This record gives sequence, C-alpha cells and structure tokens, in this order.
Amino acid sequence: MAEADFFIFIAVATLTAATPLLLAALGELVSERSGVLNLGVEGMMLVGASTGFAVAAGSQSLALAVLAAIAAGAVLSLLFGFLTLTCMANQVATGLALTIFGTGVSAYIGSGYTGSALEVAGPAGIAYLSEIPVLGPLMFSLEPLTYFAFLMLAGVWWFLQRSRAGLTLRAVGDAPEAAHANGLNVLRVRYLAVMFGGAMAGAGGAFLSVFYTPVWVENMTAGRGWIAIALVVFAAWKPTRVLFGALLFGGVTIVQFQVQGINLGIPTQFLSMLPYAATIVVLVVISSDRIKIGLSTPASLGVPFRR
Amino acid sequence: MIRILMRCVMALVVAVAVMGTHSANAGDPLGVGFVYFSPVGDTGWTAEHDKGRLEMEAALGAKVKAKIVENVAYGPDALRVIRQLAADGHKLIYTTSFGFMDQTLEVAGLYPDIKFMHLDGYKSAENMGTYSLRYYEPSYLAGMVAGATTKSDTIGYVSSFPLPAVLQIINGFALGAQAMNPDVKIKVIEVNSWYDPGREREATDALFAQGVDIVAHVTDSSAPTLSAQRTGKLVIGFHSDRSKFGPDSQLTAVIPVWGEFYTRVTKTVLDGSWTNAPIWDPMSAGVLAIAPIGKMVPEDIAAKVMKRQAEITAGTFHPFQGPIKDQAGTVRVKDGETIPDADLYSMNWYVQGVEATLPE
Repeated sequence: MAEADFFIFIAVATLTAATPLLLAALGELVSERSGVLNLGVEGMMLVGASTGFAVAAGSQSLALAVLAAIAAGAVLSLLFGFLTLTCMANQVATGLALTIFGTGVSAYIGSGYTGSALEVAGPAGIAYLSEIPVLGPLMFSLEPLTYFAFLMLAGVWWFLQRSRAGLTLRAVGDAPEAAHANGLNVLRVRYLAVMFGGAMAGAGGAFLSVFYTPVWVENMTAGRGWIAIALVVFAAWKPTRVLFGALLFGGVTIVQFQVQGINLGIPTQFLSMLPYAATIVVLVVISSDRIKIGLSTPASLGVPFRR
Repeated sequence: MIRILMRCVMALVVAVAVMGTHSANAGDPLGVGFVYFSPVGDTGWTAEHDKGRLEMEAALGAKVKAKIVENVAYGPDALRVIRQLAADGHKLIYTTSFGFMDQTLEVAGLYPDIKFMHLDGYKSAENMGTYSLRYYEPSYLAGMVAGATTKSDTIGYVSSFPLPAVLQIINGFALGAQAMNPDVKIKVIEVNSWYDPGREREATDALFAQGVDIVAHVTDSSAPTLSAQRTGKLVIGFHSDRSKFGPDSQLTAVIPVWGEFYTRVTKTVLDGSWTNAPIWDPMSAGVLAIAPIGKMVPEDIAAKVMKRQAEITAGTFHPFQGPIKDQAGTVRVKDGETIPDADLYSMNWYVQGVEATLPE
C-alpha cells in the first residue's frame, strides 16, 4: 500500500507540475499555428501571476483571480499583436521585448505583495470522490486549473483538427496570402490567436502564484515560459505531444527530487539537468521525421502579413 | 540664450558647492547606504535586512540617515548603484549579498574615506570589512526541536547549494536533532536555487511523500511552510518567522536579528572605532534567534532547547563539539575538542546520519 501511495503521489505531483507548462504551451501553440511567434510567454505568465496574486489577496476569490490573470495576459498579448500585426514589427524582437516589459510590469503590480503568501486551504480536491482508493486521488484531488488545462487540451485539439474555425486558423498560419484571397480576415484571426496565447499564459502564471506555491516573488515563473515555447517547437505543433512533453518535464522534475531524497549517490547537478535533457531528447527523437514535421510546421511562422 | 545657459551653469556650480560643504559638516547625520539584491517585501532575506535597517535608524535617531536601493542586479548595475551611493556622500555602505563582492571592492578602492561592509564574502580592503552570522547555532536549536518532535525519525531538508555556509547549517541541525533523538536521519534535496517557490514546493512535497514528517529548508520563500500547512505536516522556517503562513505547521524558525547588528556596527563608524576585521557573529551577540517554539511542542522539550540556547550564548556549549563523525565514519572532531573556525569555513562534508551525496 505504501508503494501504491508513493506512485499515486508521483502521478499527482507530475500532473500538477505539468499544469502551468501545459496551459502556456497550448496558448503558444494556437498562436504559432496562426503564424505568429510570440516569445513573450515568460513575461505574460509573470503578469498573470502577479495580477492573479494581487486580486486573490484583495478579493479572497480564486475564480476572480484567475479571470483577472487571463485578462491581464490577454491585454499584454494585445500590445504584442498591435506591434507585430498592425505595425508589422519583427516578431522575435518584439516578443523578447515583451518578456522584459512583462517582467517589469509584473514586479510593479506585485510590488506591495513581494514575499507574502495566500492562506492555504487543506489539500485540493472534490469532497468524497477524492477518497475513492487510487482513482480518487488521481482523478479528483487535483487543482481546479489542472482540470481546466486538460479541458483546454481537448478543446484545442478538437478546434484545430475538427472545426471549421480551426481550419481557418491553420490556413492563415500556412498560407496567409491564399487565405486572404479567399476572403478570410488574416489579421483578425491572428489577433484572436495571439490573445488566446496571452490568456493561457496568464492562467499558467496564476496557477503558480495563486494555487501552486501560493506566494508572489519577482521572476517566480523561473523560466517556465521559455520551456513552454520549447515544448511547442519540439512537439511539432501537435497538442497531444505538448501534453506528453509537459508531463515528461513535470514527471522527470518530480522523480529527480525523489531520487535525491532516496540518495542513490547521483550528483544533484546532473539530476537538475535531467528534466531539460530528457524532454528535449525524447521530443526530438519522436519528431525526427523531417517530412512529417514539415507538414505540421506553420509555413508562415514569424513572417508578418502585408495586405 | 547664452545668458540663460550661463545662468544654469552658475546655478549648478552653486548647487554643487553647497552640496559639497553640506556633506562636510561635522554635525550632519552619517549617511548609511544599503544595497539589496531583491525587493524588500514582506518576509525573507531582504525583508529581514530592511527590518534591521529600520531598527538601526530608530536606535540611532538623528545621528544617521539611511538610504536603501533594492532590487539591484549583480554586475555592472551593482557597480553603478554602489558608486552612486558613495558619490552622494554616504559614509558607510552595506552590500547585503555575496554577489556584490567584486563591485564593493572596486568602489572601496575609489573612495578610501568611506567604510564598506560586505555580507558573506571573502574579499576585504583597508576600508572594506566582511560580515556573516553563525547560523549553525540557531540551526542546532531548531534541530533539537525537530529531533524531539519527529515520529518518523527522518527529517527532510530542502537545500539550495552545497556551499560551506549551507553545510554548516544542515550539519548543525542534524547534530541538534541527534542530541534529542540519536536515530534521526536527514534526507536532503537540493533545488539549485535560493529562490524558486515552485521547486521549493516540489522538493518539500517529495520529502513528505518519502515519509518524513518535518521539513527544514535553506531557501528563501514561504513555499515549504505553505506546503506543510496544506498537508498537515511540520516545518522549520528559515530567514523569517513564517508562522503566519503556517500557524499549525511551523515548529520554529532560524532567523537573523539584523537590527542589533546594524546598530552596533554603525555606532563604531560614528565613534571612529570601526575596523576592517572580519565579523562572524554568534548568537551571543544578539544577532540570531529562533522563532517562538510552536504550541505543538511539549513544554519540557522547549525548556531543554532554551537551556541549550543559554549554554550556547554563554559559550559553554559549541554545536560542533566532538566527537563528530562524517558520513564515512571518519572522526572530524575529536572527543573533548570543538571545531576550529577554519574547518567550519571550509566545510565540505556531512555529519553521520545525513543521507545525501556531495559532489566530489
């Protein structure tokens, strides 16, 4: 039984650690599928994290905090959209600037809250259902945003693969001129995709500051935004592979801590490197078919569209 | 146009002259600069330094005028900030992070009449001293509390980096725990950061999942405390009394008392007795403490801890008092001896009972 509990713990911890990555990466995936490369994920996550924390501390309402974080991420991405889509600024440079800008803005929003924490209720979960053996903790004891992330994963997959609007989005990302000639509004689609990316990054940030730790400190995302971007690329712009990558990264992170605790004598510096190395190696290997990758790479990624 | 320009220049010259004489006046307050690497905030490293700064100002009143610069990045930014504080007439500058060492040294070379105090470093100059606290002393006491409380005989430690300063703290803790309960083992997880609440939580949860019932940490966020509070486990706080975040979980916490320190050292600059001799302050100087012991700890245990605290401050007990063996069983401190400071300073081993591997 002790072993079973242990594996359940690892599974639950993995799902939880993967949640912010999954949220941010799904948003970035939709944005990139529409042809817009937004490197500002880290900045948008930070703004979501500090806004969410400030609202949670002020209103005591977690739902309101998440909504505010989503709105904050979306607003910041709108700024990115205006610069890169309307003004046709370079997407890479603007994205990097957005991360720096977002880091500063988040510090400003959170300045009154540095080092403070939200009160924690007991363990997360749905009453009664979470007490079912094995299945209970795995299915019903997760944080609300983890369920939300999986819902969004299913939604994004269905949207891209099965819906007409998703087809439009992919058309805009692959051949904006052709889409435009067909009467599609390229800029509007890209604006919406970029805003979705910002909203999801904001939610990912709020997960860290409002549910996971729950504290606000500057730069608390600690590079998770960049990992999300890397996941999208290495996952070949496929939502299911993004999930796989996020779980792999979260899982290896949790397991390497366990290995340290058990003390197998492996240097901790090597273990700390493992989540990054393992995720990259595995995703590169499963995505090594160049022709198939070419098919799913948004053909106009990073290229501004001029009407 | 030229006349306006001339006027501006004149005004500037006068202003500078006035400022120059201003800072030279003998009756003026001593300008004291503080350089922080992070924002002040509510709890943690910089918050404690700033609490100390405020206490120092309250104690010395009109004799000092302090200025803080927070969130200073290491490297060129730090150099600019320290130089600016010096140029603005501050006569004593505290740089409160190891990462400011080289920049502090560089500016100290430029301003020989200004005193510099750098935290936790190993470089000094005629007008630049270093200061550190013997955290292992309160850590030993916290270890006693944890060792007497644990039911699993295993305590977890969320560590940052395997530096001598960190190893002193973990070893001191382990020795304190073993003094109350010889069977205690310590599991260590390093998060390779001073400050990453996400990883601190993951490491804390991992330790709890491996069956420890108490986690201590050498990192700076409240994430371990919150994690313990969430799961109904126990925690030893670090840097700040975090009991408001873990009212049911914090056994005690290891905390610096910077007010005492900054008041004393600033006074030495005021009365001219300042020297650059390295300061490594023990608890007896009033600069370290443990937070009030939690109500879940039986009173007789708390009393034992307080008794030991009195012995440490009286100098009749040293946490690293032999016999002490390392993990391999080699005797590091012989029976009847205490560890020399030089060995503490270069500590690169864990005591017996710590289950962790150090890099070669």
